[in-house]
Amino acid sequence: MTYIAKPKFHHPGLKKNELGYTRRDYEGKISTLCAGCGHDSITASIIEACYELSIEPHRVAKISGIGCSSKTPDYFLGNSHGFNSVHGRMPSVLTGANLANRDLIYLGVSGDGDSASIGFGQFAHSIRRAVNMTYIVENNGVYGLTKGQFSATADRGSKSKKGVTNTDNAIDLVAIALQLGATFVARSFSGDKTQLVPLIAAAIRHKGASFIDVISPCIAFNNHAGSTKSFDYVREHNDAVNRLDVLVGRDPIAVDYAPGTVQVVEQHDGSKVALRKIDADYDPHDRLGAMTFLQKHAAKGQIVTGLLYVDPDAEDLHEHLNTVETPLNTLEADALCPGSAVLDKINASLR
Amino acid sequence: MPDKNPLSSVNDFVVRFANVNGSGSASANEMFARAILRHGVPVSPRNIFPSNIQGLPTWYEVRVTEAGHLGARGGVDMMVAMNPQTWDKDVAGIEPGGYLFYDSTKPMPSTKFRDDITVIGVPLTAITNSTYTDPRQRQLFKNIIYLGSLSALLDMDPKLIEQLIGEQYKGKEKLLSSNVHALHLGRDWALQNLKCPIGLRVKKSDKVGDRIFIEGNSAAALGAVYGGATVCAWYPITPSSSVAEAFTAHCKKYRHDPETGKAKYAIVQGEDELASIGIVIGASWNGARAFTATSGPGISLMTEFIGLSYFAEIPAVIMNIQRAGPSTGMPTRTQQCDIIACAYASHGDTKHVLLFPEDPAEAFEFAAAAFDLAERLQTTIFLMLDLDIGMNHRLCRPLKWDDARQYDRGKIMTAEMLEEGRDFGRYLDVDGDGIPYRTYPGTHPTKGSYFTRGTSRDRYARYSEEGTVYADNMQRLVRKFETAQDLVPRPLQANAERPTKYGVIYFGSTSPAMDEAVGLLEARGHQLDRLRIRAFPFHSSVASFLAEHDFVYVVEQNRDSQLRQLIVNENGIDPVRLVPIVHYDGTPITARFIAKAIGDHQDHLKVTPLRKAVS
Repeated sequence: MTYIAKPKFHHPGLKKNELGYTRRDYEGKISTLCAGCGHDSITASIIEACYELSIEPHRVAKISGIGCSSKTPDYFLGNSHGFNSVHGRMPSVLTGANLANRDLIYLGVSGDGDSASIGFGQFAHSIRRAVNMTYIVENNGVYGLTKGQFSATADRGSKSKKGVTNTDNAIDLVAIALQLGATFVARSFSGDKTQLVPLIAAAIRHKGASFIDVISPCIAFNNHAGSTKSFDYVREHNDAVNRLDVLVGRDPIAVDYAPGTVQVVEQHDGSKVALRKIDADYDPHDRLGAMTFLQKHAAKGQIVTGLLYVDPDAEDLHEHLNTVETPLNTLEADALCPGSAVLDKINASLR
Repeated sequence: MPDKNPLSSVNDFVVRFANVNGSGSASANEMFARAILRHGVPVSPRNIFPSNIQGLPTWYEVRVTEAGHLGARGGVDMMVAMNPQTWDKDVAGIEPGGYLFYDSTKPMPSTKFRDDITVIGVPLTAITNSTYTDPRQRQLFKNIIYLGSLSALLDMDPKLIEQLIGEQYKGKEKLLSSNVHALHLGRDWALQNLKCPIGLRVKKSDKVGDRIFIEGNSAAALGAVYGGATVCAWYPITPSSSVAEAFTAHCKKYRHDPETGKAKYAIVQGEDELASIGIVIGASWNGARAFTATSGPGISLMTEFIGLSYFAEIPAVIMNIQRAGPSTGMPTRTQQCDIIACAYASHGDTKHVLLFPEDPAEAFEFAAAAFDLAERLQTTIFLMLDLDIGMNHRLCRPLKWDDARQYDRGKIMTAEMLEEGRDFGRYLDVDGDGIPYRTYPGTHPTKGSYFTRGTSRDRYARYSEEGTVYADNMQRLVRKFETAQDLVPRPLQANAERPTKYGVIYFGSTSPAMDEAVGLLEARGHQLDRLRIRAFPFHSSVASFLAEHDFVYVVEQNRDSQLRQLIVNENGIDPVRLVPIVHYDGTPITARFIAKAIGDHQDHLKVTPLRKAVS
């Protein structure tokens, strides 16, 4: 058995959130990823964000595909239902789950192999359909489970652990998400929890398709000189446009943000995202500007992070489909079946 | 000069319309079929259309059959030849003594006709050109004008056609009157210039009864509405698209909240078949009734997810409207060729439940039942229609629904049950029937959550690659499949009038042709017991039927006798005792074909003196 349960005991004095849950209540099983894997830092950030937001753990559905990243839902929110679907097809499964019950929170966890290659189409279409979800790509530019092949997000010219140079152009999922109409688009770094935790919290609060690309170095196969997804490279080239707080009607989340102007974005549910702007000229409401900004910085080898675009008035798929507020999975025959009298009329019309 | 000896028949003949795709003839042709129904005479119409959008040939065949035979007969007694491109083939296809109806505006050389048929010319283009100036009107009304001429030639009651036009154009008075006018233009010309009626005639009868006239795809979609489907994800593919389109139409009519106007359904046109089945599985995992409709190529794409549905035990309903394969095959031609592909879809050891409706009424019933079965068994259920049922109108018994019926949501562990302390293991076989309990996401704060995955796991859904744990799970899945045998529709048996050592097995859209073939075979002196299979897994009565007969014919519409393969595989029977009768040219199987194939084999076995055989 490769399954490792996490011990239940914990310090009785652990701080509790508004619902009375401790951070431990948001944890899952013990990770079986490599020690030092960036994905584990993202797991910790998800746990932190959900704790801070006082989410009921069991009201989250966590859905993934196949791969290192897709293993991680086992490591957070142990009282939630998880779904390890098939490679690259997380978005369709999540879309279906969301259609069945609009009342849950949907966390889609994917990887760069999952979302930028086999599942590129599903990634694109779930974004353009405005599925209400937080779609996190744990992006390490490499296939870890199959030992080191380039993924489609590997930068051209970067080198594999074996010294092979990548000659293919990289897919920038953030640029694609912007182009497809995602209403919350962010990029972050697994080693920057200060930035990542509130980004995840804000994405969860956002109604519509929220997308976060998290550069997450693979400690085993992509953390060497020549890699553009290594810890050192990302730290050296990280260009953050903002830091943020999420306010949900109580004390703001304490974060260590850089000085600058503040811009407050009110979300559909009344929560507020306070953006501490680092780049004073950056406007997170300008989709086209964000796309240009990304491209300019990418040309200079810089990795732009932060909340790159947000539309606080976004709609989601359920609004587009005009579905009832009651979750579809709770409707029974009396609400769904037109009955025999209607069928008799249908029969009469077919003669 | 050969004797024409024109065919003479009342309420028993075949008319085929040869048209150009996009000419607007479909409406007039269907009205012809409906008009005969209004005379109380059963009809069995079929679209025969190529895989193209416009300009290429299309045919519509109406079998007028007072005896109520709903299978294709084969042969054409009257050809309405409106397509110059297919003229030679169309004329050649007319039965000796039959009739050729054509547009005689332009003279045709005598070599274009046959001496052994009756040629009926109506100057359709001349009539339309002298009446209408708009080119589109000329085209559309030409169709109604030939309908009018046919009504005179076949002795049909024009009032019944006017009634149909009135229903079709209700509230559109201008269209209504202009269509009636066109009808009479054609009818009056025929009455004044031709010998009416001809040998083929329609006479009022009472053989239709309360039966309805509906396409299988529409009926299946209605079954999904009545069966409580709330999520439909699909990707357009012939011949299945009309399932989703009909479901959309039905939902718009019957599934809105009266107070808010909001939809009690969600329909998504996926980006492909993979996404469609993924959405279905995600929705079903979360407790909604969900389905997709597709055809063979779509099944190919869905197989990875179908394997997940089987192994992770997630309900799903797939309506497979089969067409001729493999690959793109003949997209608009019918076959029953996905039996093996669906029964064992996906890699590894899998077995899936298949339902085989014979007509739209069963398509409705089985579609609704599929959702109960999917949730009860927590697996994929295939509703196996084909183009012949799906895209053609068929007479069938009225659709019925019991208002007391409640949906079978299967084994759901609720928050209350968890609170009571019930042991929840997602893959525990609590009842010994192979079916475990499941919980919906969001059920309970601390109990009942689990991780769904396509990888091996133990009874408590914990990841495991232990061989014994894996084998235990796979054995339970076998038990579940055995449980399914008694939940799916049972085969229906009909015995011959005299005891016989010979039987025939058939299924799905072959049914009406088989029913008719029995009479033809009896006329040749052959007695056969019949078993119509309605589902896989096979009920134990299939094995009994095989044991009771020396030879059993298996009639199906594919090259490799796929149902026969499945029967051999699942029952361990000597294949020699199962005689394949296969028809796979893309046209619907006919009674004539079945009777000849089985009759010839029976003659070969010398079960009946050859001198008694009737061709």
